[in-house]
Amino acid sequence: MTTDVQDEKQALLVFGCPEVPVQAAIGLYLAGRLGEDGYDVLSAGNPSVLGLLRVSDIQKHYIGKTIDLDRCIGELAEKKRDASLCVIFAHNDAGISYAASMRYLLPEARLVVIVFGRNAEELAGGVDFPCEKIVEKAVHNPGKLRKGIDGVFGWRA
Amino acid sequence: MACIDELDPEVLLRGASFAECRALTEKRCREVYYVDPGYAIFDTHIIGVPPIAVGVEEDAFIVLPYTKPCYGTFLIRVPGGEEIERLRRKGRRRP
Repeated sequence: MTTDVQDEKQALLVFGCPEVPVQAAIGLYLAGRLGEDGYDVLSAGNPSVLGLLRVSDIQKHYIGKTIDLDRCIGELAEKKRDASLCVIFAHNDAGISYAASMRYLLPEARLVVIVFGRNAEELAGGVDFPCEKIVEKAVHNPGKLRKGIDGVFGWRA
Repeated sequence: MACIDELDPEVLLRGASFAECRALTEKRCREVYYVDPGYAIFDTHIIGVPPIAVGVEEDAFIVLPYTKPCYGTFLIRVPGGEEIERLRRKGRRRP
């Protein structure tokens, strides 16, 4: 097992396709806030989304460790990796499939699914597994989504 | 180990929901097994809402859902090779 398994406050952020602009902004925000809360944050995604996040965070203030999404799924399935908190970004059916998979692969973790984009409400109807949901039709403006996240994580002023 | 992309997969469904993939697999394959998310076929860990239906056709091909973050879920058919016997050993016959 990797050393990550032994870290009790390991947060895993699972990013979807980067085509919806708010995802990168909210991802940076979430990674920063969770880091302030003492989480060791690992970001998983495809090369494009990880590239966007890294370019936006040149001094690595927010995005620390990253991992290819397929590799991450493999390590979770092989019990080489664990997390106490998992946050999934979902703006399409694939995102919901990844969230359902994470629920199965991390049965003990706190699971938060952020459903966003133009079809957020319809997509959220497909989330029928135990988790906390944040649903917002956000595409370009991250304000309302951030408020929902602040509420779920207790960051509201 | 082969990569699924290198196996010249036949696409049976494109941009499908998970329920659609499961329904078509159960409809067209006489031999269906159920696996959990993370089950690996070749070098690909299957993603989806469990239980995930995976079919065997003509004793030579595997029918499985294949999810990519930007392109959604495909139902594909690939030459099964040794993965067929492994699926028969590890998969469940009932959901």
